[in-house]
Amino acid sequence: MEKAKKQVEMIKEISGVNPLKCMKCGKCSATCPSFNEMDIKPHQFVSYVVNEDIEALVNSKSLWKCLSCFACVERCPRDVKPGKLIDAARQLVVRQKGQNYLTADEIPELLDPELPQQLLVSAFRRYRR
Amino acid sequence: MQRIGVFVCHCGSNIAATVDVKKVVEIAAMEPGVVHAEDYQYMCSEAGQAKIAAAIKEKNLTGIVVCSCSPRMHETTFRKAAERAGLNPYMVEIANIREHCSWIHKDIEEATKKAVILARAAIAKVNLNAPLHPGESRVTKRVLVIGGGIAGIQTALDIADAGYEVDIVEKTPSIGGRMSQLDKTFPTLDCSACILTPKMVEAAAHEKITIYTYSEVEKVSGFVGDFTVDIRRKARSVDMDKCTGCGVCQEKCPSKKAPSEFNRGLNTRSAIYTPFAQAIPNVPVIDREHCIKFKTGKCGVCAKVCQAGAIDYDQKDEIITEKYGAIVVATGFDTIKLDKYDEYAYSQSKDVITSLELERIMNAAGPTKGHLERLSDGKAPKEMVFIQCVGSRCSDDRGKSYCSKICCMYTAKHAMLIRDKYPDVNVTVFYIDVRTPGKNFDEFYRRAVEQYGVNYIKGQVGKVIPQPDGKLLVQGVDLLDNRQILKEADMVVLATAIEPDPDVRKIATMLTASIDTNNFLTEAHAKLRPVESPTAGIFLSGVCQGPKDIPETVAQAGAAAVKAIGLLAKDKLLTNPCTAQSDELLCNGCSACANVCPYGAISYEDRLVNDHGIRETRRIAVVNNALCQGCGACTVTCPSGAMDLQGFSNRQIIAEVDAICR
Amino acid sequence: MKYSYYPGCTLRTKAKQLDTYARASASALGFELEEIENWQCCGGVYPLGSDEIATKLSSVRALSEARDKNQELVTLCSACHHVIKRVNDDMKNVDDIRTRANNYLKLDTPYTGETTVLHYLEVLRDRVGFDTIKEKVVNPLKGKKIGAYYGCLLLRPGKILEFDNPENPQIMEDFIRAIGGTPVIYPYRNECCGGYISLKEKEMSQTMSSKIMDSAEGFGADMLITACPLCLYNLNKSGNGKLPVYYFTELLAEALGVKEEVTE
Repeated sequence: MEKAKKQVEMIKEISGVNPLKCMKCGKCSATCPSFNEMDIKPHQFVSYVVNEDIEALVNSKSLWKCLSCFACVERCPRDVKPGKLIDAARQLVVRQKGQNYLTADEIPELLDPELPQQLLVSAFRRYRR
Repeated sequence: MQRIGVFVCHCGSNIAATVDVKKVVEIAAMEPGVVHAEDYQYMCSEAGQAKIAAAIKEKNLTGIVVCSCSPRMHETTFRKAAERAGLNPYMVEIANIREHCSWIHKDIEEATKKAVILARAAIAKVNLNAPLHPGESRVTKRVLVIGGGIAGIQTALDIADAGYEVDIVEKTPSIGGRMSQLDKTFPTLDCSACILTPKMVEAAAHEKITIYTYSEVEKVSGFVGDFTVDIRRKARSVDMDKCTGCGVCQEKCPSKKAPSEFNRGLNTRSAIYTPFAQAIPNVPVIDREHCIKFKTGKCGVCAKVCQAGAIDYDQKDEIITEKYGAIVVATGFDTIKLDKYDEYAYSQSKDVITSLELERIMNAAGPTKGHLERLSDGKAPKEMVFIQCVGSRCSDDRGKSYCSKICCMYTAKHAMLIRDKYPDVNVTVFYIDVRTPGKNFDEFYRRAVEQYGVNYIKGQVGKVIPQPDGKLLVQGVDLLDNRQILKEADMVVLATAIEPDPDVRKIATMLTASIDTNNFLTEAHAKLRPVESPTAGIFLSGVCQGPKDIPETVAQAGAAAVKAIGLLAKDKLLTNPCTAQSDELLCNGCSACANVCPYGAISYEDRLVNDHGIRETRRIAVVNNALCQGCGACTVTCPSGAMDLQGFSNRQIIAEVDAICR
Repeated sequence: MKYSYYPGCTLRTKAKQLDTYARASASALGFELEEIENWQCCGGVYPLGSDEIATKLSSVRALSEARDKNQELVTLCSACHHVIKRVNDDMKNVDDIRTRANNYLKLDTPYTGETTVLHYLEVLRDRVGFDTIKEKVVNPLKGKKIGAYYGCLLLRPGKILEFDNPENPQIMEDFIRAIGGTPVIYPYRNECCGGYISLKEKEMSQTMSSKIMDSAEGFGADMLITACPLCLYNLNKSGNGKLPVYYFTELLAEALGVKEEVTE
């Protein structure tokens, strides 16, 4: 329980989001291009933080399905920024030792001749520390 | 030396739970001038007021301090009680130990300390109070109503029926307002025009009502009971006395490309026009921006076809000046612009429309003669999607923070009417919450669901995606099912937030009426004086004060009328005696005070003064007590300390400060 | 007119054409791109965490160098633009980030967000002017129906990037008109191509890129243009191949008649 509270505080601090501003309209989920791939949906991020159910959130597939395309951030009528919230949850994971979602060993087989450096750099930034 | 009584109110537990009232009594009793101090559970009650009256009589009190709630709440109550007991009402001071103390503090000891200090300050002031006597001013028995929608019309009718003269000033060519644009009204589904037009006719025919359409308020001066207002009557280019309203000019006018304001720009009108068939007055105006005669000098068709010879291209704006005792603001609303909500494709697709535009489409006199059809290709829709809360309940800078209040009900109405008239059309409503407080309102919404099969989905829409084939793909969410929805629609209707008419800012400034951050006019008290502006003599009617539907608007219009009638029923008004005065021995005639006076109450005269034996003529500031509102701007501006406010003199203020700092 | 220029990692390698056509077009239009010395990779994505400082420093270095030269800083790759503009906003408006970044870098003059960051398209619109470009076009792309693909990085968050209306942008359409083409407006032009997701989740970017291509093709586009190497890659690799995708600078160079000067 103590750990969860601490994690909630960290998520709030890293994201700068006040989850209590959410009015549960669902516009983020209506907007999200990755919605169908996510197990916890964008509009639910807020409830997981408010209910201190961080364990479920950091173990969710959604962390790795978010594109950081900011469509939810742009359209949120309450300025909640769900995209920043999920990134903070991702940070909680990758900032722990050995918790990177992408390892250097995986790279060679993911490469192809046209693949731009930008893609590797971006994926490294989002998926690992 | 004053004989002061101090009365400390418990306000139930509102004060007593946080402030040790006994202790306040104890300490106050020892203050200079205090000869009586007591506490009571509810000082404002009849029993409480009786205690005050009894103490005034028994102890021969010359002044009292009531430690209670805000003076905005009960100053008048206690002043009247004191007056009945034979005390000058201006010998009463309130120490606000509720809003300023018990409500905002938790610690009893600290709060008690503060309550004592507030009481001391009030006692120090009363020690220097002198009886004041209000003057009298006259009341002009005529009311100005700004705005000729249902709010303005109803207010005007109620005032006129009570026997007073009313002028309505309406900026468009006809009265009728937003309600005239509506097709049907909830929750009874009666035709808007059928219930509005008789009222329009009644107002026009009423011997006590004068209607100035195509006119705007230009300047306001004066004060409650005695306002002077300049009204600009814009050049109609048509002689109102000669015109018979036959309509031939509109038919023959070759310039037919002007967007119709009445139909929300969905179709066009002629350059000479009446906004709609039942317009009052039934006299057209020439829109000079679109008129060929005004643009090129050639044409003149309307003048040629007018049998009555009513067309007058040389007509000029005219300013009329009128006096009023009261002014009612009924300026209404408009829907917000949607340029910040392009994800809903309003600007990209003709088939994405606002609810107000749908009203025009559904209306027999509208751009499609009442047929429900797509504006892009005239085809009948099969799938309709309604999106709620577009621009309402937004805390970002794109929309409005408030709920527009009327959208849930009008959307249920639209959905029901469509399902009734076109049973093969499917209707889906994306909503965040359905808000239906009101008599028969929730039943109405449930009818849409249960009887008419309207599909309500809880969840907002993220994007409306126009398709190459002209359909609209609505990407939304069903929060109860936890799934994203892609719904193909033929038309999308946006429940667009409403906002006060943009002109209201200008009008509020002229009236010195206060306005909130959303441009709604502020009430004198949110609960107890909801139809009055804090500025005396200014009353509020309709949506200019906050979002409301027609029944509420009509109720408020009546309430505003009663307030105005109550004012006009008086022959004289008592003026506030707390006005400024200048000390002729200190005044150096510098004009600083006159420059800051918002009421134009200060003038100058050359006066012979005797300054310690030196007799000379000096330029001295003189305050017109009828105009002065006692704001105090002059007293703080005066560099020589000559200006002083009765009831709030510099000495009194300093005494209060000293008491606080003691 | 001389601008500081930040090319970014990919424009040195896989997306050389985006860069070379831009430089050739710049000289044809009378402005010069002066590459920042020793620039470092921006990281590709903006570090969202409000406590992340180190990952923002490479942007600050570029920004302060432009400031020291008293030049505006031009970017070309959508990602670099996104990152550097947002870091600049942080340096201007977020006390904590500004203080900590300056503590790290110990610049001669602390950087406080003075530099104006411009995307190459913004230079065309706001500094050169599309009317001027229209005059200098020698090979107008007549009859070409071109769909602008904005993606997400150029537009959002609109309040910080202030690039264009994020839901209904015009700048690339105006650009297309300026070079003589016909813009095709389609609703998926500001939807994400999948971005970095294509590294590990190919199917996701396939769905997204195909939707974009279908939509553009449905509205009659013959081709797409983009400013982002990753968008180009995803659209080509994961899209359904219905439309060719070009860098906007290639079409610009072609219209200005300088395409042939550029040799790989």
